[in-house]
Amino acid sequence: MAGAEQTTGEYIQHHLQNLQVCRVDGDWVWNQCAGNFYTINVDSMFFSIVLGVAFLALFRKVAKRATSGVPGRLQAMVETLVEFVDTSVKDTFHGENKLLAPLGLTIFVWVFLMNLMDLIPVDWIPGLAHAIGIPYLKVVPTTDVNITFAMSISVFILIIFYSIKAKGIGGFTKELTLQPFNHPLAIPFNLVLEGVALLAKPVSLALRLFGNLYAGELIFILIALLGIWQLPLHFLWAVFHILIIVLQAFIFMMLTIVYLALAQEQH
Amino acid sequence: MDFNLTLIGQSIAMLVFVWFCMKYVWPPMMQALDDRQKKIADGLAAAEEGQQELARARGQYNETVRESREEAAEIIKHAERRSKEMIAEAQQAAVAEGERLIAQARAEIEQEANRAREALRGQVAAIAVQGARQLLGREVDAAAHQDILNKLAAEL
Repeated sequence: MAGAEQTTGEYIQHHLQNLQVCRVDGDWVWNQCAGNFYTINVDSMFFSIVLGVAFLALFRKVAKRATSGVPGRLQAMVETLVEFVDTSVKDTFHGENKLLAPLGLTIFVWVFLMNLMDLIPVDWIPGLAHAIGIPYLKVVPTTDVNITFAMSISVFILIIFYSIKAKGIGGFTKELTLQPFNHPLAIPFNLVLEGVALLAKPVSLALRLFGNLYAGELIFILIALLGIWQLPLHFLWAVFHILIIVLQAFIFMMLTIVYLALAQEQH
Repeated sequence: MDFNLTLIGQSIAMLVFVWFCMKYVWPPMMQALDDRQKKIADGLAAAEEGQQELARARGQYNETVRESREEAAEIIKHAERRSKEMIAEAQQAAVAEGERLIAQARAEIEQEANRAREALRGQVAAIAVQGARQLLGREVDAAAHQDILNKLAAEL
């Protein structure tokens, strides 16, 4: 535990607190940012960008030296991922779209790497940070709603963009107002129904990922409170969690592809 | 669960990452995969073609072997016939030559005998005159008895 004088509640609270910096009266202030929108979760941003850059640097390195001959192990691994995403996209969406597959790959690997941070024992990195004077550190970016919502909202914007691109503003409006009941009187009802269905997409996307990872992280923290018994329990939960982090990354990617495919396909 | 500026930051990060992936990671990887796919397809096609080529060559080889075998048999048969002919010809030639030689030898013997006879004929008159001279104890005129001597010589 980070400090012997902490109570259990404080310990958990401490672990769930982001390292934040915010703008207050023209000054940058650390960690007194509750309710202030002009706040940046430095730890989430840091780890998310580091992992994203690591992912792209690795893949770019492989892509630059990619040979059509016999691939090395690293290239074979990257190719497996690329083909996996490509197959998923082609199975779902039959049109031509240059963005969809790379978007899926980025989301899958990036989310997976951010989730993977969850398997690092909960006190290691925050403990290290504490030793060099950083008071709070949350190492799993996907346990931060801002991160998951930022991704799902980006996907949501793409959904609307591609809907309008494929069907035109008129077609998109019709889809929102004349379904499921094709009658002028039913327009408000349809609008509410379709609006909720549309908005549910980014919200469910973000909350599913956030909820799973947040809960997983919380259980790791609770296990960390158990003294010596945490070792077998931690192992068991980590093994189970391997499944969850891959699954959640896959679900996020797959739903993104499905939503974007639906947005572009004519009914 | 309070939203803040991180939302915007992460969105920008995502935008940049997806753009980078789309621009610099995805195309080369797909290129490599497509190229490999094409390579494998080409390789398989080439293997198939090679197999067909092999079958064709094997057929051709069998055909050629069969033809040469026939040809060889033909040549051997021909040679055998030819050798028999040559032996027969040689025999005939030898026989003819032998006969010719024998005839020649006979002719020569005849000639020799005639020549000896002719020589003898020349001398027989002198011998007969000599013999008669000694028998009679006097000179015998050879010219006077020329017709008798000629008759004697002709009897030889």
